[in-house]
Amino acid sequence: MNLQEAKFEYLLRLGDSSLIIGHRLSEWCGHGPILEEDLAIINIALDFVGNTTELLKYAGQVEGKGRDEDELAYMRDEREFRNLLITEQPNGDYAYTIARQFLFDTYMFFLYEGLKSSKDETIAAIAAKSHKEITYHLRHTTEWMYRLGDGTEESHERMQNAVNDLWMFTAEMFDMDAVDTLLVKEGIAPDLNKIKVDWETRVKEVFADATLQMPTTTFKQKGSREGKHSEHLGFLLAEMQYVHRAHPGAKW
Amino acid sequence: MDEQKQIDAFEAKIAAGVKIEPKDWMPEAYRKQLVRMMSQHAHSEIVGMLPEGNWITRAPNLRRKAILLAKVQDEGGHGLYLYSAAETLGVDRTELLEQLHTGKAKYSSIFNYPTLTWADIGAIGWLVDGAAIMNQTALARGSYGPYSRAMVRICKEESFHNRQGYEIMMQLAQGTPEQKAMAQDALDRWWWPAVMMLGPSDDQSPNSEQLMRWKVKMESNDAIRERFIDRTVPQAEFIGLKVPDKDMKFDEKTGHYTHGKINWDEFFDVIKGNGPCNAKRLKDRVDADKKGKWVREAAVAYATKRAKEKEVA
Repeated sequence: MNLQEAKFEYLLRLGDSSLIIGHRLSEWCGHGPILEEDLAIINIALDFVGNTTELLKYAGQVEGKGRDEDELAYMRDEREFRNLLITEQPNGDYAYTIARQFLFDTYMFFLYEGLKSSKDETIAAIAAKSHKEITYHLRHTTEWMYRLGDGTEESHERMQNAVNDLWMFTAEMFDMDAVDTLLVKEGIAPDLNKIKVDWETRVKEVFADATLQMPTTTFKQKGSREGKHSEHLGFLLAEMQYVHRAHPGAKW
Repeated sequence: MDEQKQIDAFEAKIAAGVKIEPKDWMPEAYRKQLVRMMSQHAHSEIVGMLPEGNWITRAPNLRRKAILLAKVQDEGGHGLYLYSAAETLGVDRTELLEQLHTGKAKYSSIFNYPTLTWADIGAIGWLVDGAAIMNQTALARGSYGPYSRAMVRICKEESFHNRQGYEIMMQLAQGTPEQKAMAQDALDRWWWPAVMMLGPSDDQSPNSEQLMRWKVKMESNDAIRERFIDRTVPQAEFIGLKVPDKDMKFDEKTGHYTHGKINWDEFFDVIKGNGPCNAKRLKDRVDADKKGKWVREAAVAYATKRAKEKEVA
């Protein structure tokens, strides 16, 4: 694997995770628990679509085969997607959505902080812009972690169940394979082992303040690096891609 | 001051173009009518998020997805803004939502039609927002300060929505034969509901002279409808689509289009609850409210705990 291939793969990981979690959040549109949250969630989804567009556009340029951001988003199949498994998990109740978002936002926060000093100027520029947005997202989801974790008995139980269920998907966030190793060596991507330490520290603090127990699950569900997803992704992509695919070559 | 004097002073203010503000004295009928209009408008914004939200996950490319998300977010923002404007008249959002959920309050009849293809997103922006703008630019000149200011701001955003909808239609109309057919089909389905959403014709909707004098109602439904049609028919022709009204003609003498017979039975039927999506829209709103109850309770419980801690400290 050369540097160009590694960069392409890495950009797909970032771009696909944003695309898929943005899709999940947008499913809440019009169905949120309160109007203010409806607006906040769509707004966050919109940031993710913007972030996806930049990342996949650059991925297409790096690849150099003439694929643009839409072709990458709409014309690849399940096995070619590199989004983290946590991003494709269904919305569940609001606690589940918030827990998923908090665990992912915290990861994004530290990852993009690292990417801001990437030696790849385009990645550094995208990261700088996105990090500002993620800072707001994380503040929002953290506040909801407190409200739901330390709210009522019911909300506490729902939130505890949500974090317990999602915990098995967090380990793969920090997996380092040949792509990461090469990009870390080249100063393009941050070392995920370091991010893991920051992530764990922050998650523990927030869980403690939200009166939540750290999950004891030891099972680690992995696979996104090789495009091995949960069964949910296929349905999500079928919905997302069908109009685009039903009209090959059409402009919108 | 006796009531007649208060009314005279109130009417003199309006006649002089001074806005009525929340703490000013106002007749009860004025307050009631405004609460009804503003809440109906707010409900329309949030119910309107449903048919459009229906296509966010299926938008045909990333640019369209982003635009649609931003647009629907704007609509929700309008809802929030209008609920707040209604609250200045002493009625709170929970109460207004309760009226929506129990079917006591209405929202725009147009949102009881389904969005069946991507072109419907274009048709809504172009026709539905287009018709709404005609009504809302008039309301921006209304006498109640908070509502008229809300309208000014909302109209600015709606005109973007209108343009993005037309741009979707234009792109489709210039696209493949399937895309063009999709655009025409959307126009066929949305045209009459859009024409009707501006309200019953003047002979069936006597605008009370009083509401006009109080600048609550600014223009008659038919006058607004005429402006909408005059503006929209040439837009359809420009992109090669045909408005589904075989009697639509341009009248050289008046300088306006004359339209065919409007099926008001359908309009009143949809208002009564018998539109294709009335039940679904209401159920979606009620379900969201029910499912969100524990979330709102948690937020209140958390805030209460923090407030108590502060007291102790």
